[in-house]
Amino acid sequence: MAEQTPEHTPTDLRPTVIADDVHIVYRVNGGTGGKGSATAALNRIVRGGRSPGVREVHAVRGVTFIAYRGESIGLIGSNGSGKSTLLKAVAGLLPAERGHVYTDGQPSLLGVNAALMNDLTGERNVILGGLAMGMTREQVRERYDDIVEFSGINEKGDFITLPMRTYSSGMAARLRFSIAAAKDHDVLMIDEALATGDRTFQRRSEARIRELRKDAGTVFLVSHNNKSIRDTCDRVLWLEKGELLMDGPTDEVIKAYEKEASR
Amino acid sequence: MSTVSETTHGSAVAITSPPSPDDGLTPAELAQKYGLSVSGARVGLGEYVRQLWGRRHFILAFSQAKLTAQYSQAKLGQLWQVATPLLNALVYFLIFGLLMGGRGGMGNDVYIPFLVTGVFVFTFTQTSALAGVRAISGNLGLVRALHFPRAALPISFSLQQLQQLLFSMIVLVMVLVGFGHYPSLSWVLIVPTLALQFVFNTGLAMVMARLGSKTPDLAQLMPFILRTWLYASGVMYSISDMLAKKNVPEWLDDVLLSNPASVYIDLMRYALMDDYSSSNLPPHVWLLALGWAALVGIGGFLYFWKAEEQYGRG
Repeated sequence: MAEQTPEHTPTDLRPTVIADDVHIVYRVNGGTGGKGSATAALNRIVRGGRSPGVREVHAVRGVTFIAYRGESIGLIGSNGSGKSTLLKAVAGLLPAERGHVYTDGQPSLLGVNAALMNDLTGERNVILGGLAMGMTREQVRERYDDIVEFSGINEKGDFITLPMRTYSSGMAARLRFSIAAAKDHDVLMIDEALATGDRTFQRRSEARIRELRKDAGTVFLVSHNNKSIRDTCDRVLWLEKGELLMDGPTDEVIKAYEKEASR
Repeated sequence: MSTVSETTHGSAVAITSPPSPDDGLTPAELAQKYGLSVSGARVGLGEYVRQLWGRRHFILAFSQAKLTAQYSQAKLGQLWQVATPLLNALVYFLIFGLLMGGRGGMGNDVYIPFLVTGVFVFTFTQTSALAGVRAISGNLGLVRALHFPRAALPISFSLQQLQQLLFSMIVLVMVLVGFGHYPSLSWVLIVPTLALQFVFNTGLAMVMARLGSKTPDLAQLMPFILRTWLYASGVMYSISDMLAKKNVPEWLDDVLLSNPASVYIDLMRYALMDDYSSSNLPPHVWLLALGWAALVGIGGFLYFWKAEEQYGRG
């Protein structure tokens, strides 16, 4: 009926991300276990071996979940369990081999590392990173001071006008997070970002994440730090070997995960 | 009357959600109900062009950043922007001008501007093609981290080469004036020539970017293809003079003169050099220049867009 539009459902359960049996396969060149010599390569070509040297890595195997507006979802699992890959598929950056990911608007992965250039000054990187995330020139100009101030790069002198390669790893990480967190997002995905910088900066970035979460529809957080997951998430997906092992309230899943990890 | 009366709890993901009217819908139906779209799907051509236009500031900033970063570790810094093409021309002058007699009947005052113009204009196309091969395969990190129309990358790289060429033009003007070719009205023709060549190069870079994203081996092969193209395009010798001495059919002459690189080089020489008359140009040269730009520019863009959703995998 007309009045039963999605906006008026009693609990306001509006899905923002739907993953339907998603499979993701990486194809890696030169990852074969065979001999890497020229003669071996020639041999494969002569014998007509199909696409020599290509190996497939099945990183995510049939994951299904629905995320709703206002939810904050943590992703946990051991290294290489497919957490980051799953986020990239939700962001539409890695095409799914089978299955579909449906999203509301354009989810953004919090991260601009790849757009930044070490040979440029921090100043130019702030501008470049902002533009790369799709901000307009005016938006970048407006938020420039906030970004620099939030990063705290200039607390110890005028570092923002130096090339990024002169920064310490902590400083560079802080600047990257500050640039990435400057934009508002519908669906926000954060990959281990909370682990950067010193204690003061960590507290500041956690506060910023909570702020972003208020504005964003849905937040995904990948972290190995169970505490930061407990602090920020109300639902947790546990991935292992590319499969969804458990999906539920934070406490329940983390308890099970810790029990498994301590064995 | 409405679908709200559904009471089955068939969905496996409903652990955290209280009973809702959506239970029992398949994910696809649910997505459709709330207007969700498939993530990472290729958008239509019009929308794609619009998105690309929206990213114009990023494209420009990225090309300038690449240009600056290129020589930032060198002591002479940005001076290399100008020194590199000049040294290139010097090498060709030593080998082809002095050692091998590629100049034919041209004296130094004609041959050196002839050669330097040829080298700079060809380098513009050459570096755009080379950068195009690595536009996607060399920036996988960027492609996998951020969302933007991927055509921004090859366009940005060929824009970087255009800015590099404008630096080279400073040297070129000095060389021309040094050998008595003073600015004249025909220099206005530089603008349409460069514009057409830029469109051609961008299209070429996009074709190369798609090919290179599937077959990274192309980066190894390209230098050989490009060098063959360089030697066949009359950069360091006059095609007509060289072929006149040999007994070759006329169509070969036409084919060599109509290849895009030599069309743009000849137009540039015609615009810049006093005594380079239109008799050196192939017939319908402007049509050729326009045709190559339109064919490769538009064709390359469509070819690149067709595989938009596949960039960044594997």
